Amino acid sequence: MRLADDEKAMLDGAEGPAVAAAMDLLVRYGEALGAERLCDIRNVAGTMTQPSPVKAKLVREGGWNKAFSVLNLDSDDDVEIPPMRVPTCQLQQGFGEDALGVAPYPPGMIELQADAESFYGAHGVNILATCTPYQVGNLPVRGEHCAWMESSAVVYCNSVLGARTNCEGTASTGAASLTGKIPCWGNHLPENRHGTHLIESAVPVDGFLDWGMFGYFVGDVVQENRPVVTGDLRRPDLADLKHFGAATASSGGVEIYHIPGITPEAATLEAAFGGRAIPEKIVYGERERRAVYQRLNDQGESADVDFILLGCPHASLDQIARAARALDGKKLNPGTELWMMTPRALRTVADRNGYTEIIHKAGGRLLTDSCPAMSKSAPEGTRVFATDSAKQAHYLPAILGIEAWYGTLEDCVEAAVTGTWRGELK
Amino acid sequence: MIIELRGRGIVPGHAEGEALVSHETISGWGGIDPATGTIIERRHELYGVCFTGKVLVFPGAKGSSGWSAFFQSTRLLGTAPLAMVFSTLSTKSALGAVVTRVPAVSQLDQDPVATIHTGDRVTVDAYRGIVTVTTDR
Repeated sequence: MRLADDEKAMLDGAEGPAVAAAMDLLVRYGEALGAERLCDIRNVAGTMTQPSPVKAKLVREGGWNKAFSVLNLDSDDDVEIPPMRVPTCQLQQGFGEDALGVAPYPPGMIELQADAESFYGAHGVNILATCTPYQVGNLPVRGEHCAWMESSAVVYCNSVLGARTNCEGTASTGAASLTGKIPCWGNHLPENRHGTHLIESAVPVDGFLDWGMFGYFVGDVVQENRPVVTGDLRRPDLADLKHFGAATASSGGVEIYHIPGITPEAATLEAAFGGRAIPEKIVYGERERRAVYQRLNDQGESADVDFILLGCPHASLDQIARAARALDGKKLNPGTELWMMTPRALRTVADRNGYTEIIHKAGGRLLTDSCPAMSKSAPEGTRVFATDSAKQAHYLPAILGIEAWYGTLEDCVEAAVTGTWRGELK
Repeated sequence: MIIELRGRGIVPGHAEGEALVSHETISGWGGIDPATGTIIERRHELYGVCFTGKVLVFPGAKGSSGWSAFFQSTRLLGTAPLAMVFSTLSTKSALGAVVTRVPAVSQLDQDPVATIHTGDRVTVDAYRGIVTVTTDR
């Protein structure tokens, strides 16, 4: 890999040991990828504040400087961390204070995270604390080079916004935040952004449930490739695309997709494939749709639902408003809890609009910063949960060892009120 | 029989050990437990299997961008695989191998997942990008 003069200087320590360690990681990583050079970036979304037992131990040993050195720079040296060189935000993290007494989550972890927020906030990390930074103040422009992690945010950034990021990790985003550099590889190069597979829906894809199922199908089929999706697609909104992308990145490793006429790098079908030959289409029909529904529900046996999880990826204001409407005037079943996750900035708006009060009056909770999967925490004794998120249905059974049901927001609210899952595919 | 696969060294180093082959891609976050070094994704063919000290052979990484951090944690907690051999190079698998700091080879001339079987004796020379498999087959 060729380094520019400023990059060589950073590697040689001209900007201090932390920047040198960051550049060392970027060189090891760039060489591993086979990248020819680094590119300049000015937008980092990474993770520093989320508590874990490993992090707690490092902080006890050497404070947040040590935790950042080891985890965010992959360095054995305990170096002092300078301010972030480029705009950097914290993605979703552990539960915050609003989950005290709600989630069975160690208060010590909440304290540790608050301490981390003070440290990193003072170093210039914007504590957005969400898997959807694009909803709350970090909206890259088309063509902007970014270093983001969080697979659902990465796929949204590339596909819906037309900005450019690979699916980075904790160490590469940490190194990027101190250098403003990332390997110029993969999605940063225009020739790697065109479609590789064509998937056509023969059935209407309309609404949150169907966009999630279609995404889960597409990810499974293309794995790490670049799908172009067409067919009977009803115009998606932000929440639909957020769900679709998150699903493709759960069943597969999709980092960019195109929807001709909707996403910015695919004005036409031909443009989506960069003028190259259009591959033979793979069809998503009623049989495939039913199979995906079955698969997302194959971890569910008991219809007695203890827990409903909404807002994965973090809910938009529209989703919160819909949930509030569905719950208005209702009361949750005594044995069933309902949590909806959203960025704290949107929670503030939901509070002002009265949505939070409606959800809380019904017995549900509007929570922020995290999710049950990130924090490995669901209501005490949960055996069976239900969700409207393909991603959460995919991951939570493995992470918490519980059963899962997947359905619409309305199926979920009905289960919350009755305690019984009655979802079925219409 | 001895089979030689040639590829590109991703993380320099040399290791020799027993292969654990996954035909399915692996998730990091939500897919493995770093405390025990086991696969925890319920739908996975290696559900419950421990990879610690094994030459982990797999098609590639999938899922969350926590991949690298979870494999880095296996190093910090002493449950890391001995080496990694994988078909598809991505940012997740490349960074994951870098921060796990184990010898790693990818982009091979033969499909390692089809060629290598669990239990085979494997030598990973990641300086030269050569994986040598000794098998009874």
